[in-house]
Amino acid sequence: MEIRPIFASLRKHRIPACLIVLEIALACAVLCNAVFMISQRVSDIHLGNAIDEQGTATVVLRGTDDKLVGSDIPRNLAALRGIAGVQAVAVTSTLPLSHNNWGWSFGLDPDATISDQKSHNVSLYFVGEGADQALGLRLLQGRFFNGDEYAGSKFDTAPLPETHVVVITQSLAKKLWPGQSALGKTLYSMPHYYAVIGVVADVLRPAIGTHSGPYTYDSTYYPISAGGSKGVLAYYVIRSAPQDRERILREAEQKLASLNPGAVTKAQTYSDIREKYFADMSSMAWMLVLVCVVMLAVTAFGIVGLTSFWVGQRRRQIGIRRAVGATRGHIMQYFQTENLLLTSVGVVVGMALAFGINLYLMQHYEMSRMPWYYLPGGALALWLLGQASVFGPAQKAASVPPVVATRSV
Amino acid sequence: MFGYYLDIALRSLRRNPVLTALMVLAIGLGIGASMTMITVLHVMTDDPMPRRSGQLFYPHLNPLPLDYRQSGDGPDPSDNLTWPDAVALLKAHRAERQAAMAGAELLLRPGRPGTRPFNIHGRYATADFFAMFGVQFAQGQGWTAADDDARAHVVVLGNTLSRKLFGGADGIGQSVRLGEHDFRVVGVVGDWQPQPVFYTDAAANRFGEADQFFLPLSTAVDLKLDVNGNFSSWGEDQADTRMVSASTTWLQFWVQLRDPAQVAAYHQFMVDYSAQQNALGRFQRPPTDAKLYGLMAWLGHQDLVPNDVRLQLWLALGFLLVCMTNIVALLLAKFLRRSGEISVRRALGARRRDIFLQLGIESAVIGLAGGVLGLLIAQLGLWSVRHRPDDYAQLAQMDVSMLLGTFVLAIAASVLAGLLPAWRACRVAPALQLKTL
Repeated sequence: MEIRPIFASLRKHRIPACLIVLEIALACAVLCNAVFMISQRVSDIHLGNAIDEQGTATVVLRGTDDKLVGSDIPRNLAALRGIAGVQAVAVTSTLPLSHNNWGWSFGLDPDATISDQKSHNVSLYFVGEGADQALGLRLLQGRFFNGDEYAGSKFDTAPLPETHVVVITQSLAKKLWPGQSALGKTLYSMPHYYAVIGVVADVLRPAIGTHSGPYTYDSTYYPISAGGSKGVLAYYVIRSAPQDRERILREAEQKLASLNPGAVTKAQTYSDIREKYFADMSSMAWMLVLVCVVMLAVTAFGIVGLTSFWVGQRRRQIGIRRAVGATRGHIMQYFQTENLLLTSVGVVVGMALAFGINLYLMQHYEMSRMPWYYLPGGALALWLLGQASVFGPAQKAASVPPVVATRSV
Repeated sequence: MFGYYLDIALRSLRRNPVLTALMVLAIGLGIGASMTMITVLHVMTDDPMPRRSGQLFYPHLNPLPLDYRQSGDGPDPSDNLTWPDAVALLKAHRAERQAAMAGAELLLRPGRPGTRPFNIHGRYATADFFAMFGVQFAQGQGWTAADDDARAHVVVLGNTLSRKLFGGADGIGQSVRLGEHDFRVVGVVGDWQPQPVFYTDAAANRFGEADQFFLPLSTAVDLKLDVNGNFSSWGEDQADTRMVSASTTWLQFWVQLRDPAQVAAYHQFMVDYSAQQNALGRFQRPPTDAKLYGLMAWLGHQDLVPNDVRLQLWLALGFLLVCMTNIVALLLAKFLRRSGEISVRRALGARRRDIFLQLGIESAVIGLAGGVLGLLIAQLGLWSVRHRPDDYAQLAQMDVSMLLGTFVLAIAASVLAGLLPAWRACRVAPALQLKTL
């Protein structure tokens, strides 16, 4: 295929050719970045969370009398255990992705305080007996709390419990003590200290910020007795088989409401909590998808429109070429090659532009660096789009009969 | 001549209906997407109190120790005030009006049997809150400074809550049980709902439902009621005393200042206060760190617009740019194809300016049609935004200025898109074209 005549003809249509290149470049740049944003959101929405998400549900009970929780919580738990199909129940202070985040900073030296520069901020989960079963936590090392540790822990005047044991997630253990076992190590925040007795698989924090990052899994667990909980144990976690969950949750809410007439109940399955947390993100992802699709459609129509015009303009020349022996295939190829050239220039500019936009977004909008393969991916998409949209007009061009050459316009 | 050019334009557009539809659709989609996002941004950055915002200011003190480390994406503790500082500013009484406030969430227990308690959001505030923010009352009025001093158990209810509790009846003088305490209703707020809710702290929802009750701040501190908002400590506070601690910020503070002289005087007062606290050893940062923000400047400082919304706006504008390039290319091809026709006109005496005007009108017609379509698409877009889960979604409505803006943008975009093709077309050399005819 001779390329020179294509260049010669494009030189005559310099401005439209440049515009097509510009349009493809812009589309490529926006597409790469939008797809990258979509993929980030999709991966956030699917963040792993090592609890039994399908089997757990929760009733949040607020407005109970803090002085009576020591007897109220065991009574409520006993009532919940009586519901047919319940596998485990327990109380906790919060749940992953519930937005109800309690944070604290710990250091690794005995004199570390909460405001130390070197302290690590973590989320606190205060849990009552049986919480590992009710949540379905996966223990990787060590053990979970024993009965004495639960019974002996309470809140005094400080916001941290009077106990000296903690269970942490695997990610946090690796971050705090890289290459070592976390078991037996201690977290300090004067005057409190907690020894790590167990490591569980990664559980999300109650709030993970706008995007996932290195702190997403920094969760810690502390035992607390019902009587010493000062009302923080408001989340009744109920585990069951997934198919029984809705029914059990309804019954559980009714039971808790009738047992605690002065309190407010709020029942949610864990799937609802997770869905609600990511609702903004998934609506943003869908909006990005929509814009991408419409933008590609507009680009395709632009190529179709412009090529059709060129075909119309060159009917006579096409006729002459046919008359002197060019096959339909030759004519098709001519327009397809022309499009390939334009798109190629466009995607090269577009990839540079996409890279630049990504850099800008990284500076201003907490975006991460786009992996390199998004660039050739976007280029390939636009190449295919270009070839697909030029096909129709090129076929029309190929069907111009040679006899056109002999007619005047 | 205008009518004639319009006629030519319409004829020309009708000759290629598919192409015309394509161009109108492209510009409509671009304009629609952009206007949707511009409108969302517009309502989010709107002035919540157009008549008062010039007089409302937020004093910003910095009591943080020098070695305080700001955690990643957490709120800035110095955006709120500590209890001792708020009390000092209140007592000094250097502004026309001043009020300290904090968010509240309490359990309400309706007295009637068979009704379940429910949670409501409200605010603890000092007496000037109502007069300073121009709160309109449907019944009764706010409490007085004397009530603040006496830590009175009084409450002002929101419209919705009052209707829920008392139906249409007069609620004044009734008793309402919030948390574990009874409060006497002294007022019911009428139709007052500034958007964004500018006076809350960074943790609260800035858009959407208004506060449903107001209690005297002194009463809340006295009863140690729960605060709903950022509570940031940098000292070793005990849980019981942190509300009144000098190293815990949790209060918002607003002042009303009438003129620039008062503003300057108040700023000087804040610097002096910081210097005095410095001398006492409480503040460690230079006194000039004390700032006085105007209402809009404060909202800018707090940055209410989520990054996602800004990203979406950029995306929409990028999309509009793609659409515009598309239209430039199509119009250029279209105009150049009429070189023969243009040459005949030029040969018959039309000036370049005439050709330019004729083709410009044709682009403007496309722009107008695109604008109408864009307006429809933007309405559709806003409708879909309103169905989103985000808290700002409910506000996404177009006002008159946005409506006009859409048209201006559409026509400006398409005329701009038509400029290059029209300019190129009117430079066609007539002789060369006529020879080939």
